[in-house]
Amino acid sequence: MSRDEKPRIGVFVCHCGVNIGAVVDVPEVVEYAKKLLYVTHAEGNLYTCSSEGLSKLKEAIEKHKLTRVVVASCTPRTHEPLFRSACEEAGLNKYLFHMANIREHCSWVHPKEPKKATEKAKEIIKMAVAKAALLEPQTEPEIDVQPSALVIGGGVAGMTVAISLANQKFTVNLVEKESVLGGKLRDLYKLYPNDVYSDEVLEEFVQAVRSNANITVHMPATVKHVEGFIGNFKATIDHEGKEKVLDVGTIIVATGADVLKPEGMYNYGEHKNIVTQLELEQLMKEKKLGKPKDVVMIQCVGARENKEGGRNYCSRICCAVAVKNALQIKEMFPEAEISILYRDMQTYGKDFEEYYKNARENSVQFIRYDAEDPPELISNHDGKHTVKVHDILVNATLELGADLVVLSTPLIQHEAVKELSKSLKVPLGADGFFFEAHVKLRPVDFATDGIYLCGTAHSPKTVAESISQAYAAASRASIPMALGRVRTEAITAFVNEDKCTGCGTCIKLCPYSAIQKDELEVARVNDVLCKGCGVCAASCPERAIDMKHFSKAQVLAEATAALGGSCNE
Amino acid sequence: MSEFEPKIIGFLCNWCSYAGADLAGVSRIQYPSNIRIVRVMCSGRIDPTIPLEVFIKGADGVMVLGCHPGDCHYAEGNLYEERKIKMLKKLVALTGLEPERLKLEWVSASEGQRFAQVVTEFTEQIRKLGPSPISGKNCREILLNLEAAKNAASDFRLRVLVGRERELTEKCNVYEERIPQEEFDSLLDETVDDEFLRQKIHLLTQTEPLSVKSLALATGIKPAAVLKQIVNMRRRNMITVDSIKGTTPLYRALEVS
Repeated sequence: MSRDEKPRIGVFVCHCGVNIGAVVDVPEVVEYAKKLLYVTHAEGNLYTCSSEGLSKLKEAIEKHKLTRVVVASCTPRTHEPLFRSACEEAGLNKYLFHMANIREHCSWVHPKEPKKATEKAKEIIKMAVAKAALLEPQTEPEIDVQPSALVIGGGVAGMTVAISLANQKFTVNLVEKESVLGGKLRDLYKLYPNDVYSDEVLEEFVQAVRSNANITVHMPATVKHVEGFIGNFKATIDHEGKEKVLDVGTIIVATGADVLKPEGMYNYGEHKNIVTQLELEQLMKEKKLGKPKDVVMIQCVGARENKEGGRNYCSRICCAVAVKNALQIKEMFPEAEISILYRDMQTYGKDFEEYYKNARENSVQFIRYDAEDPPELISNHDGKHTVKVHDILVNATLELGADLVVLSTPLIQHEAVKELSKSLKVPLGADGFFFEAHVKLRPVDFATDGIYLCGTAHSPKTVAESISQAYAAASRASIPMALGRVRTEAITAFVNEDKCTGCGTCIKLCPYSAIQKDELEVARVNDVLCKGCGVCAASCPERAIDMKHFSKAQVLAEATAALGGSCNE
Repeated sequence: MSEFEPKIIGFLCNWCSYAGADLAGVSRIQYPSNIRIVRVMCSGRIDPTIPLEVFIKGADGVMVLGCHPGDCHYAEGNLYEERKIKMLKKLVALTGLEPERLKLEWVSASEGQRFAQVVTEFTEQIRKLGPSPISGKNCREILLNLEAAKNAASDFRLRVLVGRERELTEKCNVYEERIPQEEFDSLLDETVDDEFLRQKIHLLTQTEPLSVKSLALATGIKPAAVLKQIVNMRRRNMITVDSIKGTTPLYRALEVS
């Protein structure tokens, strides 16, 4: 399209089934869109992202000779790539596409105000159309991806990733903070629901890692800081006091989790016979359990709290862990009385329900308590304890004697990963665990390209779940490494050389050293290094720098399209 | 009369705040429908002239939302934005538009609840402030002031100062000197005041040639201070003597290249 030609904009308004359509009056919005400047075609779709919706979009580009496309639907953070490819398939440069988010930012947050939501959707589309009219085609720079990965964490998830990538002939650097591989699996006794010894499972993984020539294990070592971007990360690790720099193409975070020590709860720490589930497993493993007669297990200790900043999440695995350990004790000491005090039993996985049933049949007692009225523990002089609990199913208060009290505490994030999160520029969620790019659509990616996530660093999980997720992360990481090259966003800065006076302000501001002065002393941007933040453009004293795809004119056009102006004086 | 519905423009960074807004949606957290969101890659992209232009076009409030310090996808774009907004608030305060109409906040990708809360509070704040004064009875003057502020924010001096603030106050120069923050702030205050006044004089003298006395009246600044700026502006080729009325020179703005 030549510059003089007027843009021909197509607007596709998605119902997203009832997600948008039940709140926003889509037909009304479509009619509105048709009247906007430069809009030559507008239509509503049930699901624009369906194969039918995409082929309608492509047909419309050809039929109406569209030169810009606006899809009004969900967030560009997940769906922009899909619609961009559809535009490319119809011969339109993908940078001539723009998205209007009328779902996450409109219908989902204003469901009780359909009129206001409809007006808002119209304005969001008006803003998107205003920006679309100013869009220009761009070409993307390509960068090389090193066929090597950094796996952070040598637990079962990290080892699975390492083996999986190494088997595909990628070079793997596995960094483990302890001096042994295995992570939390090393402390476990047996694994549910088939009661295999964790050591047996673990040994296979450790052997596979140790015998693979493509894997280098760094331990005890920690990641100090990370620079760079997909394809070309530079990770500095601290290996027994010595710094090493690793050049890698991708990074997989598999740092695992810790188990909460319930200090200050149920006299924990004051008596040897009040332990966490993990400590119980260690006692069983080391054959130091003794011969408990009356065992009381308390679930949700320090978990599923209901307070601001609390551990409000469910740790998911503790119910099955308690069932497992109760069955282990029963097997060793069939005459032991075991009671599990629970709020809700969540034995959710494959074969777990049968496992739970098995415990009931083995006369493990399950007693339900209310979160508002938790069990009370009184320690007696003889080293035994009495647990008072109100059973809400039979509405009676019971007093249980115990010579072993086991507290089921949740998995929690390691304190040390806060630094790692900052260094990698990947977020932690409200529960402290690492936060994926999208809970459904990109469950093992971070929003930052080239960094992936698996295992209990993400959320509490069983061993099998960690392994599955590790395979997923390995598979995602292998894509750019197998391709060897990735195209990066064309969103980069460019300098108007006639305006630049060579003051050098931008050079100091750029976090990527992407700007240098050329032989004429004017600033020049290296497209591959530039990540497109726009700090230079927003600060250039001569206003000589602008951004591709986020030019000042485009940002302003979008921002002011919904405003009416003023002064009636 | 129906209730005042503020027009609020929010500039959200792609990596944290926009994702936080998405999460508010996914979690179905309700908040007032007044905000219109513009996605940018980094909050640091927001040139101080952008919010000013948005105020000129009639926004009742402008929010810039970025990652929490330390979380910025581009290392420190948010911290640079903090400096730009600090300067911008000083500038806005000179225009007659309430600086509370401009807000910088940090919202992470996991803070859907916080996003909704920040937007709700800001919307309420703007609702209390009422419609932007650019539609009120002093609208012409405030619009002229906003234009002057925009030109000041486009000016080389102010931009160099803001662009280099962190370098000057946090890092040492080659002589291992560092400007104390207080010293820098008073320098910034002075530059903001001067540049705003110069740009206002420049705008006022574009429409008709004016004397120092009438400029002093229009700006509410003492004649001597106005004259000082005019001397400076003549040196910078921003203004010239148009004519002499009696013994009083009338000044006329020159086109700035």
